[in-house]
Amino acid sequence: MTSPAFDLAADSSPDSGAQPAPRRLAVVASKGTLDQAYPPLILASTAASLGWEAGIYFTFYGLDLLHEERFRKLKVASLANPSGPVQLPNLLGAVPGATAAATKVMRKWMKDARMPDVPEFIDMARAVGVKFFACSTTMGVMGVEESDLIEGCDIAGAAAFLDYAASADVQLFV
Amino acid sequence: MTQPATGDIQVTETLDTTGLLCPLPVYQAATVLGRLAPGEVLELICTDPGSLEDVPALARQRGDALLASEMSDGTQRFWLEKGGSQ
Repeated sequence: MTSPAFDLAADSSPDSGAQPAPRRLAVVASKGTLDQAYPPLILASTAASLGWEAGIYFTFYGLDLLHEERFRKLKVASLANPSGPVQLPNLLGAVPGATAAATKVMRKWMKDARMPDVPEFIDMARAVGVKFFACSTTMGVMGVEESDLIEGCDIAGAAAFLDYAASADVQLFV
Repeated sequence: MTQPATGDIQVTETLDTTGLLCPLPVYQAATVLGRLAPGEVLELICTDPGSLEDVPALARQRGDALLASEMSDGTQRFWLEKGGSQ
């Protein structure tokens, strides 16, 4: 295997004496609902605040968090979500307007708690150097163009993210 | 750890995060610490109960020194000295 040898070589390079490598967080964001948008953004922006490197791989529905239009319109599911902000039996969770109602309640909760909204969180994460990986397969499957995404994303496949995550101290899947 | 009398600590900057929840107190504190010089002190005021553990963790991870802390009526005060060589 060459990867451990690569790490050892990096550690013993002449200019690595002064500063130890920072810790690193690698997160996969796979969900595109409003409630599930927050954990990866909170964890990555916190990691960067601690002085760590942090990167998020946005894949499948999670790619909506980088989508210039969709990231303003994320919703909370009212169906099959027993912990959701509007407690409804599934039969009623499916009626028109139920998702909109659950979403409205969640947005109000967040606003009342003075939590930033998703576009603001994306900006906060970017401001502290969080790396955004956009899954190229998701883009192909779902017909998302690079111009649909916010600026500053790295379009990447699984190998590129694993290469990044292999050197991470903490790896999470959301 | 013996705390210094907090009145004796020379504060460079104060940040009040009253009413803000995780990750905002830590995020904002890190922003201020980022612009302080080593040895300068941030006085941080928090009301998020999570800050009790979060702020010491921030100091540990960043390499800053938590000089002292005080709690009263749900408000926490921390004095953080920026680490690094002076």
